[in-house]
Amino acid sequence: MADKIATREAYGKALAEFGAIYENLVVLDADLAAATKTATFKKAFPERHFDCGIAENNMICVATGMSLCGKIPFASTFAMFAAGRSFEQIRNSIGYPHNNVKIGATHAGITVGEDGATHQCCEDIALMRTIPGMTILNPADAVEARLAVKAAIEFEGPVYLRFGRMAVPVLFGDDYKFEIGKGVKMADGSDVALIATGIEVEQALGARELLAADGISASVVNISTIKPLDEALVVAEAAKCGAVVTCEEHTVIGGLGGAVCECLAEKKPTPVLRVGIQDEFGRSGPAKELLSYYHLDAAAIAEKAKAAIALK
Amino acid sequence: MDTQRKTELAEIARKIRVGIIDAVYSANSGHPGGSLSIADVLAYLYFEELNIDPKNPDWPGRDRLVLSKGHCAPGLYSALAQRGYFPVEDLKTFRKTASYLQGHPDMKHTPGVDMTSGSLGQGASTSCGMALANKIDGTSVRVYAILGDGETEEGQVWEAAMFAGNRKLSNLCWLVDFNGLQIDGPIADVNDPTPYPEKFRAFKWNVVECDAHDFDSIEAAYQAARACTDKPTVIISHSIKGKGVSYMENSVSWHGAAPNAEQYEVAMKDLGER
Repeated sequence: MADKIATREAYGKALAEFGAIYENLVVLDADLAAATKTATFKKAFPERHFDCGIAENNMICVATGMSLCGKIPFASTFAMFAAGRSFEQIRNSIGYPHNNVKIGATHAGITVGEDGATHQCCEDIALMRTIPGMTILNPADAVEARLAVKAAIEFEGPVYLRFGRMAVPVLFGDDYKFEIGKGVKMADGSDVALIATGIEVEQALGARELLAADGISASVVNISTIKPLDEALVVAEAAKCGAVVTCEEHTVIGGLGGAVCECLAEKKPTPVLRVGIQDEFGRSGPAKELLSYYHLDAAAIAEKAKAAIALK
Repeated sequence: MDTQRKTELAEIARKIRVGIIDAVYSANSGHPGGSLSIADVLAYLYFEELNIDPKNPDWPGRDRLVLSKGHCAPGLYSALAQRGYFPVEDLKTFRKTASYLQGHPDMKHTPGVDMTSGSLGQGASTSCGMALANKIDGTSVRVYAILGDGETEEGQVWEAAMFAGNRKLSNLCWLVDFNGLQIDGPIADVNDPTPYPEKFRAFKWNVVECDAHDFDSIEAAYQAARACTDKPTVIISHSIKGKGVSYMENSVSWHGAAPNAEQYEVAMKDLGER
């Protein structure tokens, strides 16, 4: 397995890479370019990078205005301030008119680490899911992050891209094909389906190994497009395994867990247990420790999987 | 401006006002006060200032206008109808379920509407983005926005003002419709956003003032904006809320209310339709 790399790193590199191809690509940041990694783009294309300062609401709407005059803008800040602070700007100026703005939200979830609860955004997917027509991408590794950026550029309409701070293993090879709206089966299994998103895909794969040692066969699905959800794949996995565990670094309310439950309740009622932040705020600590503290690690997923199987 | 042109613009503004009252009366809701206060400005913008083509509303090279105070949609729609973007008769469908004339401007369904608006403060920023995109492309496109005075109580307006001033967006021109009234009362009593000139100058803007009901004054203001090549311009437009309808003038209660049948007749008489 290659060296670990944070999806935010891949995001910055991808912007610089595709900036060379798409001359109308512009990037906006809110005084966090070094952290969101849009500084990588800024170094390559300083004339197309606009630091809006600590004024996220203005940045989101400036990006909107640029999208209406021939540009493909990526507006970047931490997920907390993009989806959180600027929810209403995104809803009214981007979502409602379906404007072609890309929101590159980094430092999502609990693995922000030591900065603590004020900066650990575990609500962004839920917030963005409520906006009609919003596409939500949550890549699992650097390869997928790069391809998600490319897909977002080529997609006409609003896209929310979620990136993490913590370095994570590379799961995909160079031949990996990414398509908006398509989930990817990472490993097959028959007893329980582990449906994961973002950095939790790695943890789900780890859980699969733990379960295999106990004679349990788990499939692992990567849902990198949370909206629109790949319902066909979710239903097929639920039908085959008869029990589902959703895994996300996000509140269990309204995120992937919510989306999968909504889908299965209507199309294939199946027991579902949700690994995620259990309706609480985060806390300071090293990212890896927090994954265990909040029961988001492989061991916690494996335990949930056994509980889900018991519900069959 | 010569007298004949002034007379023509006054007639256009009168028709815009009639359309505003027709729209709000037909909908039995809407915002007449702040629409009437910008009617003369809208007549000037759509018939003198803006480089636009009503037959080609999405032409990329057009000037942009963002009605940041989106609740004054009746004014915008009435001006667009007069300019030929859609039939004047359609104003009577305003706010009706099947209509393309939403309660607040909807760029996706109404020809001539450059930006969806209604949530105050956002149009200020959007206009900055439009101006920035055109500035880096070196186009001759100019970007206009109309803000309410009450709207300037929104923090986002000042985020946008700081951005535009620092970026020297000289192709951007805001107009603050300074009628002095907001829903809860006089702006001076609610949360006074004035003084404007000092504030905007501190944000590195070119500041011009005008009489919102005098075409010479409006023209001079927009010409001063064009002449300024190193700063964005804000026009502080001194207006009368409800201008043109006797009982609506300077009245807070006509911010967001529709006239009844009797009041409608009085309004039409005031506007020379009876």
